[in-house]
Amino acid sequence: MTAPRVAGAGVTQFGSHPERTGRDLFAEAGLAALDQSGVPAADVEALYYGNFMGELAEHQGHQGPLMAEMVGVDAPATRFEAACASAGAAIREAVRAVRSGEADVIMVGGAERMTNIGTAGATDALSIAADDLYEIRAGMTFPGAYALMARAYFEEYGGTREDLAEIAVKNHEHALVNDHAQLRKEISVEDALEAPMVAEPLGLYDACPITDGAAAAILTSESYAEEHGLDAPVRVSGTGQGGDNLALQDRAHYAQTPAADKAAEEAYADAGIDADAVDVAEVHDCFTIAEVLALESLSLFERGEAITAARDGTTTRHGDLPVNLSGGLKAKGHPVGATGVAQLATISWVLDGSHPRADAVPDATVGVAHNAGGTVASTTVHVLEVER
Amino acid sequence: MTDRARDGEFDDWLDAIAEDEPYYIECSNGHGWLPPRRVCPECGSRELAREPLPEAGEIATHTTVQVATPQFEDDAPYVTAIADFGPVSVTGLVRGVEPDAVAVGTVVGIEIGERATTGERAVVFRPR
Repeated sequence: MTAPRVAGAGVTQFGSHPERTGRDLFAEAGLAALDQSGVPAADVEALYYGNFMGELAEHQGHQGPLMAEMVGVDAPATRFEAACASAGAAIREAVRAVRSGEADVIMVGGAERMTNIGTAGATDALSIAADDLYEIRAGMTFPGAYALMARAYFEEYGGTREDLAEIAVKNHEHALVNDHAQLRKEISVEDALEAPMVAEPLGLYDACPITDGAAAAILTSESYAEEHGLDAPVRVSGTGQGGDNLALQDRAHYAQTPAADKAAEEAYADAGIDADAVDVAEVHDCFTIAEVLALESLSLFERGEAITAARDGTTTRHGDLPVNLSGGLKAKGHPVGATGVAQLATISWVLDGSHPRADAVPDATVGVAHNAGGTVASTTVHVLEVER
Repeated sequence: MTDRARDGEFDDWLDAIAEDEPYYIECSNGHGWLPPRRVCPECGSRELAREPLPEAGEIATHTTVQVATPQFEDDAPYVTAIADFGPVSVTGLVRGVEPDAVAVGTVVGIEIGERATTGERAVVFRPR
């Protein structure tokens, strides 16, 4: 069993492009991934594609074969849906297919068109990741759900809105040099605290924007990369996935994300590493509090301690463990079905030194990507490594 | 919305709350859930029985939603909370108290109310 190589990746400009169709977004990302990898489309044996709200936003189901066609790939194509972890789930299956020896080349990717249905429409579409009977009908929105988790975290461990604001400030600063990012604008703690409330205690600047975008990557077997002389130094050395009860009310914890604990534990064991080996992380910060929950589930911080990690500088690009050098979902943007592969692309580019923020971790050899769905009823964690 | 088919045991459960006989589903090992359930996801027990829901719950966490979905547009701002009723926790709208006065630990009862936007039924918590 060999670890799949990341042969190339492509990401569109994330942002508000209401007129761009999902298929055009994915075509751009997929072709960019093929071009970067040097792998011919004819060698791609399957497309594993993530998308969450295609039926609601574009009245388009059955997107797998459509997207394969748009990138000129004549191969079986399957859509994966795990809410905002859809692309993470696609990566995981691709990793397993390559490792098993059943495939040598798989395109993974995802796309989401969101802004064309407006803020209310997107809020509605995102909410269906929750339990329709027991949560949505009780007024739970996506920000509302994370607000419930934030309140529970504050009650259990302490923490303030200022602590959360520091996370937003950090991720905005990281995104300043990222050409793919939606929000390339420096903000202050005061800006974040003064922004309108969305769902108390979370304000507008605690939330990621609504984003149109796509991401794709080419994963190959080690032998294919060697035989074809690919420049593909980064390998996916560990994969993990965890699940939980769908409704927050049925969980053992509201201030912890056990699905991510399980995914991280499995991914670390799979890669044969401990959390202290991790040099850099991209985590699923759909809301500022989500970054805190992710870092604790990844065992990068003790319970109750990640809340101050941005404030004390540990997770900034100057700190010991930079988190979300891309700007994260918060500033890079969150086209939900594409996010997991966009994270994979970021870590891959940070480890091979080509990312504009790679200079924050020049000696990094181990990166981790954490992709969460809903209120973290689905999580994937992937470990990426490079030799230096 | 009146021509929509009922959602089976969920609507039965709402009916029971409206009749002031709320219940939950308990497995043979004491794990509590809301219907419909055919198996306990915690322990796998298929011996499930209806038990009366405790009369009072405690708010475990809450939020005041300012940006609502279209189905709750006229309700906003409104308070959504998870209340701990012991064997089960339930998500509902908190009414009968100013949003700023809702706190973790507030003791509430459960009832059925209407959404302002659509007139559909919703689980409502009211301080006792």
